[in-house]
Amino acid sequence: MRKYLNIITAYSIMMILIILVGIFQSWSIALSILNYCLISAVMTMGANIQWGYAGLINFGIMGYTALGGLAVVLVSVAPVPEAWSAGGFNMITSLILILGIVLIVNYILKKYKNLKYKNYLIALVIVFGIILIRVVASPGIEAIEAVNPAKTGFLGGLGMPILFSWIVGGLFAAGLAFLVGKIALGLRADYLAIATLLIAEIVVSIIKHEDWLARGVKNVIGLKRPVPYEINLQTSPWFINLVEKLNQGKLNLISSVSEKKDILNQLVIDASSVYVKLCMTGLFLTVVIILLILTQKALYSPWGRKMRAIRDNEEAAGAMGKNVVKEHLLIFILGSAIVGLAGAMMVTNDGLFTPGSYRPMRYTFVIWVMVIVGGTGNNFGAILGGFAVWFLWVEAGPIALFLINFFTAHLDEANALKVHLIESAPYFRFLMIGVGLLVIMRYRPKGLIPEKINTKKI
Amino acid sequence: MSFFEGNKMTAGYGNGPDIINSCTIKVDRGEIVAILGPNGAGKSTAMKAMLGLLNLKSGSVVIDGQEISKLSPQDRVKKGISFVPQTKNVFAELTVRENLEVGAFLREDDVNKVIEEIYNLFPILKEKSSQVVGQLSGGQRQQVALGRALMIKPSILMLDEPTAGVSPIVMDELFQHIIKVKETNVGIIMVEQNAKQALSISNRGYVLVTGENKFEGSGDELLNDPEVRRSFLGG
Amino acid sequence: MELLNALILLLNYTIVPAITYGSQLALGAIFVTLIYGVLRFANFATGDMMSFGTMFAVLLTYYFQSIGIGLGILPTALLTIPFAIIAMILYMLFIDNFVFKYYRVKKSAPVQLAMVSVGVMFVTQAIIRIIIGPFDRRFLDGEKFILKASEFKEMTGLNEGLTIKSTQAITVVVTIILVSILFWFLNKTKTGTSMRAYSDNEDLALLSGIDPKRVVMITWIIAGFLATVGGVLYGLDKSYKPFVYFNNMLPIFAAAIVGGIGNPFGAFLGGYVIAFAEIFVTYAYKKFFTYLLPESLEPDSLVQLLSTDYKFAVSFSILVIVLLFRPSGIFEGKKI
Ligand SMILES: Nc1ncnc2c1ncn2[C@@H]1O[C@H](COP(=O)(O)OP(=O)(O)O)[C@@H](O)[C@H]1O
Ligand SMILES: [Mg+2]
Repeated sequence: MRKYLNIITAYSIMMILIILVGIFQSWSIALSILNYCLISAVMTMGANIQWGYAGLINFGIMGYTALGGLAVVLVSVAPVPEAWSAGGFNMITSLILILGIVLIVNYILKKYKNLKYKNYLIALVIVFGIILIRVVASPGIEAIEAVNPAKTGFLGGLGMPILFSWIVGGLFAAGLAFLVGKIALGLRADYLAIATLLIAEIVVSIIKHEDWLARGVKNVIGLKRPVPYEINLQTSPWFINLVEKLNQGKLNLISSVSEKKDILNQLVIDASSVYVKLCMTGLFLTVVIILLILTQKALYSPWGRKMRAIRDNEEAAGAMGKNVVKEHLLIFILGSAIVGLAGAMMVTNDGLFTPGSYRPMRYTFVIWVMVIVGGTGNNFGAILGGFAVWFLWVEAGPIALFLINFFTAHLDEANALKVHLIESAPYFRFLMIGVGLLVIMRYRPKGLIPEKINTKKI
Repeated sequence: MSFFEGNKMTAGYGNGPDIINSCTIKVDRGEIVAILGPNGAGKSTAMKAMLGLLNLKSGSVVIDGQEISKLSPQDRVKKGISFVPQTKNVFAELTVRENLEVGAFLREDDVNKVIEEIYNLFPILKEKSSQVVGQLSGGQRQQVALGRALMIKPSILMLDEPTAGVSPIVMDELFQHIIKVKETNVGIIMVEQNAKQALSISNRGYVLVTGENKFEGSGDELLNDPEVRRSFLGG
Repeated sequence: MELLNALILLLNYTIVPAITYGSQLALGAIFVTLIYGVLRFANFATGDMMSFGTMFAVLLTYYFQSIGIGLGILPTALLTIPFAIIAMILYMLFIDNFVFKYYRVKKSAPVQLAMVSVGVMFVTQAIIRIIIGPFDRRFLDGEKFILKASEFKEMTGLNEGLTIKSTQAITVVVTIILVSILFWFLNKTKTGTSMRAYSDNEDLALLSGIDPKRVVMITWIIAGFLATVGGVLYGLDKSYKPFVYFNNMLPIFAAAIVGGIGNPFGAFLGGYVIAFAEIFVTYAYKKFFTYLLPESLEPDSLVQLLSTDYKFAVSFSILVIVLLFRPSGIFEGKKI
């Protein structure tokens, strides 16, 4: 039991913090934070599998998150038939061309292993292929983007249930991870970090600029939801009754009928937003728990032990005949898929897809801070890291504002320094996150909840 | 009392076990001393202990009557002890001349004169002076390593397997160079795998086994000792 | 005549901008490569450190302008560079002493240090935004052009104009001076040689009496020069916006790796490789071909390999290709 004591304490503190937000700010904000904490926890678990289980640095979290988001659009949005008829044929042809190029390159790689000019040949195929694809795709793209550009201007999706997109998001990310892993996993750790960072930038810039695919920076809004809409709840009798029942005591104190109605109305509106978020929380919590069970099982399985043995002593493990590269690729794919899933969850939660918002600070480095702060190689730690850092990230502004006001209380309201500091309050979150990371790395290098298993003995 | 001695040294890496145990090695100026022994016996470790790369648990290191056990490796280098490690003993990305210049980093006086002396000792280095060391052959690299170590005009030179990985012809050449260095009144301690050849140019030799002195004596004595022959010289 | 027009067109829209941008990248790439070579970690705070130095130049420029100090036709910012460099170096040494040193002494893995530099990146970004805010700022004053398109057309009678902005000339001149001094220092001085020796073989350098503390300090001092000058030149030429500086880290990394990380001369060339690739691949050659080809063959598309949206993507793709086929970089040469 003692073993779990600090885990339980840490999680309790986290919960209390969120409840405090509920009491002092609002329950709707508290639940928003909780939902994002859960999403962050999933991302962190993905990154932690790669870093904690295998020591792989993936600075491309942003790319996989964005792909997960893209999956939501491509799966759940209704197709745009006009766009399909305008340019669908060209796009499908292009897709076939891409597949063709991949097959040809693969064929060259397999058949002409020893050919001297192999690389030039491949380069030639790719360059020629790109030109061909451009010729085929350009008219299609133009036609698609011309279809009602203010509202659509893209092909739309498959019109399937949004929850299905979570799985697809994971698959998309897994596919990208397979490619990236094939290319980059042999690299030295710091090269891998740089390469993954840059590849993620490429992915995001494609999503951002290929408007026919997901509207690019014009964003896709009004995505479907796996949970009820507030407006429907507010008109459902069962919901109004429920709210009335829960607030019976409060309502009974009011005598005026019209006032009572107004207040009930307000209560229903508030409650509908909380209810919707609670439903999301339920979904996210389910995902987190399932992932936690799976990852814990994996961690303590012979496979998990083997992975950690590889991480802690790659050379020896390699010599022992374990296929390090293959295992690393598998882990890289698994971790990235989880991140993709989280990306899909996030877009589902927001109800909109905004390719312009994917930036490495927020979607790669903050996630990494979560991993390091939480505790490398420990799933409970990873989740806690996701919670704690996200909480700090959101609440840093208010905290900074409070501190600034506290320390400049003696200054005049119009004091230039005070005004400047108050304006800068939002940026203190970077300071807090950065200092937090540096302090943890220095004084608690294994994170808040360190890995417990002693790999030396295995 | 010899010029440079490690007396009854006991030491290990970090908090690990003792690798050398009450091990003693002595050398005088103008003398070659060979350290022999099986792999993992602690020969390199003994040298590192004498240079101060690891701390002694007991015992002492003395040069010219002066106790230096507490000095840092850099300060011991300043006392005239030069060391050529077994691996990574040159700056592979620097030119031959730059290697020598870095070797003389601690010298205040005119480096050019010393470099000329080294060129006289190792003529090939003059020829290759502006080549990057990483492109040289194994034997040439070892000469660069020797040259670099000699730049501080040391009174003691410690060589860890100077002939590892070179052909027998190059090995003979390197041994000739080492003799030449000895003749400039430098005391040389040398760890060698090629025991017979090493002993044939050494004044004395030590045989270390599991970190302890097992045999010692003049080159001939050890060469003719039947037990040493059987265990270490292959009959 | 048509040929000349075509060449001037290319010069004006690709070569001159590419040389300028390449110089700015090159300075950053040498900075990355020096830190990697001597201190042995990938510094993810690169872009933000450059931003930090530039911030001082911007603030001082505003201050100098307000008290009426200037350089006439040259930008006031040039006057502020020395002060900005000093501030930058002090900041770097401060960070090194309180953050990086601990891990260096402990001989932590490079990955650990890279992760620590992420922390430094966050902190630096925060300090910059708290001091100067996230906004886009211009701080260029003095004469804007050395050669205006209209003047050039008048002079030569060509259709195409050639514009040379003063910032472009300043960038190239300052880069050449700074880089020449740097390579002279690294290759010809005792201290420079000792730095290269330390980077090549740390243990042997220590045995040769090289003082690691000094090497580390000098490395940061040089880094301070490179970061500040590179940052200010970029800011003068385009504008100063903290987020853009963070982003610039990415092509800078690409340049350093393409040049062979740890190899300053490679990094220098790498900057230009990346810049030229970015600009050549995303330039629309339509007009160029219109000059060269007979009317019947004139292209009606833009003749652009990739849209300019993919500028960054180009350099990153080059990097990926280099990592795949020549992880040690495409240039042979001495490493730092
Ligand atoms: N840096 C080190 N850290 C820990 N143990 C070491 C280190 N170097 C050598 N050893 C151990 O010390 C023992 C003796 O090594 P060494 O002195 O290199 O032997 P020799 O040179 O005689 O072959 C070996 O068991 C080796 O594993
Ligand atoms: Mg040895």
